Amino acid sequence: MDNLLSIVTFLPMLAALILAVFLRGTDEAAQRNAKILALVATLATFVISIAIYTEFDPSNTGFQLVEEYEWFGGLTYKLGVDGISVLFVLLTTFLMPVVIGACWSVNERVKEYMILFLILETLMIAVFCALDLVLFYVVFEAGLIPMFLIIGIWGGQNKVYAAFKFFLYTLFGSILMLVAMLAMWWDAGTTDIPTLLNHEFSSEAFSLMGFQIMGGLQTLLFLAFFASFAVKMPMWPVHTWLPDAHVQAPTAGSVVLAAILLKMGGYGFLRFSLPMFPVASDLLSTFVMSLSVIAIIYTSLVAMMQQDMKKLIAYSSVAHMGFVTMGIFAANQQGIDGAIFQMISHGFISGALFLSVGVIYDRMHTREIDAYGGLVVRMPAYALVFMFFTMANVGLPGTSGFVGEFLTLSAAFQVNTWIAFLATTGVILSAGYALWLYRRVVFGDLIKESLKTITDMNTRERLMMVPLVVMTLLLGVYPALVLDLIGPSVTQLVENVQSALPETVSAVASAPSH
Amino acid sequence: MISSDLNIVLPELILAAFAMLALMFGVYTKKDETAPVITWATAGVMIVLGLWIAFSPMANRDAFNGAFVDDGFSRFAKVLMLWASAIMLLLSQDYLRRNEMFKFEYPILIALATLGMMMMVSAGDLMSLYMGLELQSLALYVIAAFRRDSLKSTEAGLKYFVLGALSSGMLLYGASFVYGYTGTTNFAGIASTIQTGEHLELGLVFGLVFLCVGLAFKISAAPFHMWTPDVYEGSPTPVTAFFATAPKVAAGGLFARVMFDAFDGAQADWTQIVAFLSLVSMFLGAVAAIGQTNIKRLMAYSSISHMGFALMGLAAGTEAGVKALLIYLAIYVVMNIGTFAFILNMEKDGRPVTDIRSLGQYSRQAPGRAAALTVLLFSLAGIPPMVGFIGKLYVLRAAVGADMAWLAIGGAIASVIGVFYYLRIIYYMYFGEETEGLDGKMPGLHFVALMGAAALMLIGIINPFGLENYAALAAQSLLN
Repeated sequence: MDNLLSIVTFLPMLAALILAVFLRGTDEAAQRNAKILALVATLATFVISIAIYTEFDPSNTGFQLVEEYEWFGGLTYKLGVDGISVLFVLLTTFLMPVVIGACWSVNERVKEYMILFLILETLMIAVFCALDLVLFYVVFEAGLIPMFLIIGIWGGQNKVYAAFKFFLYTLFGSILMLVAMLAMWWDAGTTDIPTLLNHEFSSEAFSLMGFQIMGGLQTLLFLAFFASFAVKMPMWPVHTWLPDAHVQAPTAGSVVLAAILLKMGGYGFLRFSLPMFPVASDLLSTFVMSLSVIAIIYTSLVAMMQQDMKKLIAYSSVAHMGFVTMGIFAANQQGIDGAIFQMISHGFISGALFLSVGVIYDRMHTREIDAYGGLVVRMPAYALVFMFFTMANVGLPGTSGFVGEFLTLSAAFQVNTWIAFLATTGVILSAGYALWLYRRVVFGDLIKESLKTITDMNTRERLMMVPLVVMTLLLGVYPALVLDLIGPSVTQLVENVQSALPETVSAVASAPSH
Repeated sequence: MISSDLNIVLPELILAAFAMLALMFGVYTKKDETAPVITWATAGVMIVLGLWIAFSPMANRDAFNGAFVDDGFSRFAKVLMLWASAIMLLLSQDYLRRNEMFKFEYPILIALATLGMMMMVSAGDLMSLYMGLELQSLALYVIAAFRRDSLKSTEAGLKYFVLGALSSGMLLYGASFVYGYTGTTNFAGIASTIQTGEHLELGLVFGLVFLCVGLAFKISAAPFHMWTPDVYEGSPTPVTAFFATAPKVAAGGLFARVMFDAFDGAQADWTQIVAFLSLVSMFLGAVAAIGQTNIKRLMAYSSISHMGFALMGLAAGTEAGVKALLIYLAIYVVMNIGTFAFILNMEKDGRPVTDIRSLGQYSRQAPGRAAALTVLLFSLAGIPPMVGFIGKLYVLRAAVGADMAWLAIGGAIASVIGVFYYLRIIYYMYFGEETEGLDGKMPGLHFVALMGAAALMLIGIINPFGLENYAALAAQSLLN
């Protein structure tokens, strides 16, 4: 299995090609075949990706399962995973069958829909495996195209605005990253990520148009990468594309967006910003952590006032991503462990929440919170599942949501007490909006005439929820499953960052005395 | 002596002789009925000449005391132009026939324009430069006004002619300054009088600036782009398609040729000018296209923006920059061939349609063609994994490597703005309201061109067909 990663990456693409070339017709049978083929392909991808898990050796902190081929112009096609990326690959392959399951009720242009999701899966897996700077950029950016079309074609009423905003916002961030990548290419003479991780970019201060740039080249590169990942993450104040995109996207699109695409930002911080520009990260960590805290508090408050369920969950995603950036830039073991854990767990929880909204949206065709109430009477199973994920979203101990928040908060506490203190209020606020949402939708009397005939979740919907419930509980009770896998790599990362710091920090500290 | 010189210009001679013969043939036989024959013959000759140039052994020769240069750079450009012209010529047949203007002069004029372009990229002297440029321009003026009974087409031709004459005048004015201050019109001679590092004489700076302005007109770089949208809109669509491909390569090649061969020592002076042209073109092309609903005008602004990117490679003033320029132009030509193969067939009730709003929900009507056009548009926008991204990657890399990070950042921002209008076409095709739509059927040749170009845009990311090596050799031969 020399090409395990390539097989996992390109299997969905292959299925997409088969669909594009061989599937004809738009009748019901053809639609069902498209869905079944997509489901089989994503399940097969997941099954094969389990081999990545078994072949992966957590104690080895380097890149494993590496494949390398010549590309063009001195670039390489190089894939590999380490402790930081392997879980994201598995998260993607695990969630995609669920996503395809969520597409089952779609009956318009089904073939194209499936093709786009399959291509998107290939690109997402490739993002987490890519070990070449330009290859990473290519797949990172290419993911915009299928998502743009998914939102634009199958989205809600205001889909065009949302699709354009999504595309242009994210592209604008990324393109600055491209320029920074090219500067790195000239500086280090290579685009090989493992080599770049050991390359020391200049952190000598210089002046640019009269401004003294502390941290020099590193700061400039850091900011360019930050522009991209902060938008992708998304961080306050560049998060505004996310609620629009989520609200307008079809259910499956929302699930992919929240559960996987957002994780690319966090992954980017861990893969590039922190290890490659440690001095700049250190200089700007307070700034980033402050933004994170603002995100946690502000977006939680905004979430509380939403009338639209998807929008509420979207804002709650922004808040939860705030914990992630806070953990990453605390730059210690708990922080990064917690950040990765939070991202994985958020993948399950937010995915499940969007699915839950999708379940009632499919029946009532509205996402207005006011249109619901008293669902528990007609939909007991749904009420139970929704309750479970609401609690997990709040961070109830015993669910995976708790572990990530706790670790990131304790990491932030070691670095800056105030930030930890303020961020903790976010936990309370999240309980506020999540439980209130739950009360308004599920509890109360079933007085609305339209709801009197609503049916409970069917078998397909239940089947989709099962893996998510299992994973959320499993990780909540036994977090070592994740932490043991990522631990050594994170330790290595933290050590590298710390060892890059002391000399320069003292240099900065001694600068004023001259 | 003369025979060896003639040997070097043999491809040009053949094309010239062929054009004359074809003209005679057309005049003395059945006039317009011979148009298809002449068209296929012209395209055939061009393709064969392209193959011949591509496969002849590498050489670095010049003829007529350096007035004509035959090197890797000119060959790269010539092959690209010959093939692009041939394909565009073949694609234009159906449109011309449908609109009753398939006259036998058309292929001959294209052949003459191509001949002029071949002279341009091989120019080693201000005289041969002007000769090539005018031959190309005069042929283009005529075909811009090819639809004689259309007001818009004649207007386009006249506008192009007046503004083109103005730019030629400026170019000549600059050339006269250069001649006056260096005493020679030969590029090598001019280069030898300019010492690297020293300040240029004022007159020479004047000459350089006017030359640049004249060339910027031809390549339609802002702020000398005014003619482009009107000419693109007014000309018959096959002519617009032709304008968007080979002449751009010629102008870009000529620009690089003059700057590196004649003014290599004054790089610090001209890179500033080119960088300015590049930045302004990228932004203007991106911003001004936003409001356009006419696809031909939109493609005009798109070409302005693309030329800005191509000039970014030139502005870098390095070998990597020239290589990037050539790669960019090659990719640009392929994208345009595909896109115009589509635009040529935008029709309703037998009339050409140019409004992009007519594409509403086109993806339901013709999913395959819509998907191919989408790929091409994303490629024009420079979004990976389409090959258009590779072109942008190379020019941006060249700019960053030449310490012009500001230009690269500017280009990056402009490209994001530019994405908007490409997305808008995709929006009409996939998300928009259903409209009456188009009913044109697509001839096989166009279908192949559209699908082929789209497929190249996708497959090219795996390995851009060795394009890089050819471009690298070409760039090397220009700089040494």
